[in-house]
Amino acid sequence: MATELPADQPLHTSRAKGPAAVPAIEVRNLCKSFGDNAVLKGIDFHVDQGEVVCVIGPSGSGKSTLLRCVNRLEEPTSGTVLVEGVDITDPETDLDAVRTRIGMVFQQFNLFPHLSVLRNLTLAQQRAKKRGKAEAIEIARKNLAKVGLAHREDAYPAQLSGGQQQRVAIARALSMNPDMMLFDEPTSALDPELVGDVLEVMRQLAAEGMTMMVVTHEMGFAREVGDRLVFMDGGVVVEQGDPREVLGNPQHERTQAFLSKVL
Amino acid sequence: MRTDSGVAPGTEPATKTGAAAGRTRLKASTRRRLTRGALYVIFVLAVLLVVFLADWTAIRTNFLDLDVARAMFPDIIITATKNTIIYTIIAFIGGLVLGLILALMKLSPVGPYRWVATGYVELFRGLPALLVIFGFAFAVPIAFNWRPPGGSAGAGLIALIIVSAAYIAETIRAGIQAVPAGQVEAARSLGMGPAWTMVSVVLPQAFRIVTPPLTNELVILIKDTSLLFIAGMTLGDRELTTFARDSVSQQANSTPLVVAALMYLIITLPLTRLVAWLEHHNKRGR
Repeated sequence: MATELPADQPLHTSRAKGPAAVPAIEVRNLCKSFGDNAVLKGIDFHVDQGEVVCVIGPSGSGKSTLLRCVNRLEEPTSGTVLVEGVDITDPETDLDAVRTRIGMVFQQFNLFPHLSVLRNLTLAQQRAKKRGKAEAIEIARKNLAKVGLAHREDAYPAQLSGGQQQRVAIARALSMNPDMMLFDEPTSALDPELVGDVLEVMRQLAAEGMTMMVVTHEMGFAREVGDRLVFMDGGVVVEQGDPREVLGNPQHERTQAFLSKVL
Repeated sequence: MRTDSGVAPGTEPATKTGAAAGRTRLKASTRRRLTRGALYVIFVLAVLLVVFLADWTAIRTNFLDLDVARAMFPDIIITATKNTIIYTIIAFIGGLVLGLILALMKLSPVGPYRWVATGYVELFRGLPALLVIFGFAFAVPIAFNWRPPGGSAGAGLIALIIVSAAYIAETIRAGIQAVPAGQVEAARSLGMGPAWTMVSVVLPQAFRIVTPPLTNELVILIKDTSLLFIAGMTLGDRELTTFARDSVSQQANSTPLVVAALMYLIITLPLTRLVAWLEHHNKRGR
């Protein structure tokens, strides 16, 4: 336990916009239990603005729960979650307003199956951001083009492949013009041959400077695109640092054991 | 021998196996054919029994009197069938609105709403619709010194709405709960509030899921409008069953019951076929 690194240690090569910038995500001493089952045991974690942080770890390590606590889809048991300096665990915080600034992409896509692709992208813009229809459609089309699916705006989710659905889900999140994106194992439900297209879109987002927190099993993506890699196990952050360092020369034996199985 | 067995396939194998081979040596295909044959024989016997036992003269004069049937037209269409359809539509729409409210109350985080909705559903699903109609037509007006809008037909309709809402509420609640949790998470993560999430994301999917059971509910409601007769109705308010009963006593002949039954089937059969089609369609869609 003594070898665990404090989260605020500047190990990473950050693309943060100057030293004064508030971290996009800052998690302090976060604990989460489901009944008697403690899933997160005092997590300290942060993502700087413009940074791409990949979170890896065995299943049940709490990485998805950590991600879901950031936009409070899971209610933290204790601890603090700051999004751009705003405490989202504070009952006075307008959670819906904060959520419009955090794009989220799910493992199972979670597109709205009763709505066309275009309507999937415009619904929340109109309902949550109060944009007019014409403006919402314009933004939606721009983002559909960005993920390479401009020609499918009239399709329904069931008519698309898994990879296309996930790209639509990314475009839907982008249409809210979020400051950051959370990815919860975005390629885990995809057939292997469809993974590449989704990763390519994410790579492009990272290149544009989007702040990203990515829970993933794609070690290749973490190595190439990630600014920092966080390894979690048993509800704690075991090790973190430059992805090439952590993957190539893991310091902690639990990291070594995990990587020897997946690489 | 070959050609013989081709000519009489039904009897030949039975005699052969019965005489020479014995029961245990019956081929599976032969046994299947024998069972099938026995079922046909039983069916034909049952039909013959009904046909011979029935008193066709009595049936013709009492139930199939064309003159009596002709006398029911056009009133049975322009009044009775029309009223049955109107009552069904009013009761269904009313039940849908009230049922939706009850379903949302039942899923509410606020305890008292849940308790009231649960109590309501349990009460009115547990009572016979006939009794509730009777209560609204006679007991409630006395107890509250209240004249129901639309007379006794109106009172009966309110009762039908209240009863159907209890069933519809349970159907809609099941539909809402059948929408995957990920749908709500996706909507909320996009910053949509609970109300918009319910209206734009959950309810459209829930109603799609419960369209077949709701159509079933509609068919049941069509038949339940016949219970309104207990409320006692003016001539212009009569629906199919009341109208038929009145015709029976006027004409001293039971043909009107048969005609009314046919009218019900003309309305309900297309709807039950629609339910079957919707169920098939829904299954394919998933």
